[in-house]
Amino acid sequence: MLEGRITKRQALEMLRNSDLLELGAEADELRKALHPDGFVTFIIDRNINYTNVCINKCSFCAFWRDEDAPDAYLLDEGTLFAKIEETIELGGTQILIQGGLHPSLDIDYYVDLLSSIKKRFSINVHGFSPPEICYIADSADLTIQETLLILRNAGLDSIPGGGAEILSDRVREILSPKKIRSSRWLSVMEAAHRIGMRTTATMMFGSVESPEDIIEHLDSVRQLQDRTGGFTAFIPWSFQPGNTELSKKFEVKGKKSKRTPKSEGRNPKFQTATAVDYLRVLALSRLYLDNIENIQASWVTQGLKLAQVSLRFGANDFGSTMIEENVVASTGVSYCVSKNDIINAIRSSGFKPAQRDTYYNILRKF
Amino acid sequence: MLGKIEEKVLAEKRLTKRDAIRLFESDDIFSLGRLASLVAQKKNGNNAYFIRNRHINPTNICVNRCRFCAFSRSAGQEGAFELTIEEIVSKLRPLVHGDRPISEVHIVGGLHPQWPFEYYLEMISTINKNFPKLHIKAFTAVEVDYMAKISGLGLRETLTALKASGLGSMPGGGAEIFDPLVRNRLCPEKISGGRWLQVMEAAHKAGIRTNATMLYGHIEKHEHRVDHLLKLRNLQDSTGGFQAFIPLAYHPKNTEIKGRYTSGIDDLKTIAISRLVLDNFDHVKAYWIMLGEKISQLALKFGADDFDGTIIEEKITHAAGALTGEQLTAEELVHLIRKAGKVPVERDSFYRKIRRDGKGHA
Repeated sequence: MLEGRITKRQALEMLRNSDLLELGAEADELRKALHPDGFVTFIIDRNINYTNVCINKCSFCAFWRDEDAPDAYLLDEGTLFAKIEETIELGGTQILIQGGLHPSLDIDYYVDLLSSIKKRFSINVHGFSPPEICYIADSADLTIQETLLILRNAGLDSIPGGGAEILSDRVREILSPKKIRSSRWLSVMEAAHRIGMRTTATMMFGSVESPEDIIEHLDSVRQLQDRTGGFTAFIPWSFQPGNTELSKKFEVKGKKSKRTPKSEGRNPKFQTATAVDYLRVLALSRLYLDNIENIQASWVTQGLKLAQVSLRFGANDFGSTMIEENVVASTGVSYCVSKNDIINAIRSSGFKPAQRDTYYNILRKF
Repeated sequence: MLGKIEEKVLAEKRLTKRDAIRLFESDDIFSLGRLASLVAQKKNGNNAYFIRNRHINPTNICVNRCRFCAFSRSAGQEGAFELTIEEIVSKLRPLVHGDRPISEVHIVGGLHPQWPFEYYLEMISTINKNFPKLHIKAFTAVEVDYMAKISGLGLRETLTALKASGLGSMPGGGAEIFDPLVRNRLCPEKISGGRWLQVMEAAHKAGIRTNATMLYGHIEKHEHRVDHLLKLRNLQDSTGGFQAFIPLAYHPKNTEIKGRYTSGIDDLKTIAISRLVLDNFDHVKAYWIMLGEKISQLALKFGADDFDGTIIEEKITHAAGALTGEQLTAEELVHLIRKAGKVPVERDSFYRKIRRDGKGHA
């Protein structure tokens, strides 16, 4: 084991050259020390994407549409409430509300949305990643803090860590030039933590980033966590190339979507993350982020079997049961999984399954 | 962590039944992976093999009713199919020409109640005549036993006739789990484990190389897996005819015994323990159709040295809810192997490196 904190330089060396099994064994040790009781948790929740209209049009995303596209949508209240009711019936404790940056919506829309949910349901609203918060703030001409306070008063409980992608502006320039820059993503999270809201942090890797960018990302998250302690969990996942602009620009090898067109002009340097890459990044994340308690395995992008293996490479949480998921599914990747599948998957990996809430309190053991 | 067992492996001493059971009971997957990798490294260096191949199932009509199988049908039942020899030839024709031809066809199917032995001989000889360079790996021990029965020829003559028609080698299917009690619950109509081993012994003696498999993750216990591995190791000691061992993860969909998918951790442990116990097998294969490409790639870090192949069409595992597609391109296989830190080697059916410069085997 390394003594003390891993430095950026050490982390880069580990990411590039360490033996996968040695790295995994170290991450497994740390996971055991942080979670000695052997529980692996999951949350019952639903992803509700209120709109797919988005002005950002990121090249790695297959979900966005223009406002006048034939399959552009904005959920009406009836549909939204029915989805929440169903979530509660299934034992759900949280809804994750995220959507595109819709040019015709203003802050009143979000305030009404939140308060109409809270009026009817007792459920944790985990919503609006930093790009959405910034968009709402900018269009209302408010500061981030003012915006967060208004949304919290209307019913927003916690904020998902999406939109972080890779916190390196060099990479963001290629992937998502219109999306908020790294510093802004971090400042939204910091502002949220300062007013007592908990958030998660994510990282999407396996696109055009270099190992240095991954370390930069982990370091930014660790530094912010040192200042605020507001992150509940870190969730690394790998870029899914199906149906995205990015995969049309370059040929992406690895996970293949049936709907991905084979493009001309292949670039052999551009290849998405394999299972070995995923576990390496996951294990390094566990080790580097010594101040974040929970690391999520991403069965949605990796499948149940690799998610099970992840539990020995640093992960202690299985994320959400995903009663509904639209964004990853739009890349052509979908694994059909029920709550029981998740419970069985955790158990057959040698761990004790438990349902948790947004704040990682255990609600029910299985 | 594995103490004495680790010392034995490092000293190249044979593991006992008790050692093997202890390995299955251990949760130290990291030591298991490291030790199995050491053994794989000694046997195959840093190589990971793959093959350009195609699977063909001539029929799914089968007189057996194995409880774990979702592929088989009775004659006349909905979904039953049988291919003519012309259909088989026309499936192969586009794949054996061009600058990237497949080098092997893998043929397994049901035990058809009407087809005579001559039909199988004609199938093999017609493929052989049409595509003389294509290696034909065909018929599990279960099918060969059936052919010996319907032809009235003994095992030896049946195998000799198949070989004379152009059979190049045999796959390792139908082994399932040898233990009689487990086997009786899984597949009561199928030949016994003892008979499966007899057919393989006869094949090896007739100069036909074969593979061996084990279907795990259904109702068996660790001791049954170990018993299975040790029986294979014994036969290999006397014949040396097995090329690769292929652990097959059970798939529960549409089968009679139902149950669950195996865990990714169990898959990797089973690969590693197979590598450690089967010290007289050259190769352990991560069959990606059954493990998925992600676990198969990781298996290369747990003692496997072979990724199987391009496959192109797969019906048996897909009938039982395979979580994979039916084909990977050679480029995708090469990419996965490289990213696992191994050297991709395109092989022929006997694990010789194939050179694509027109000069034949290296």
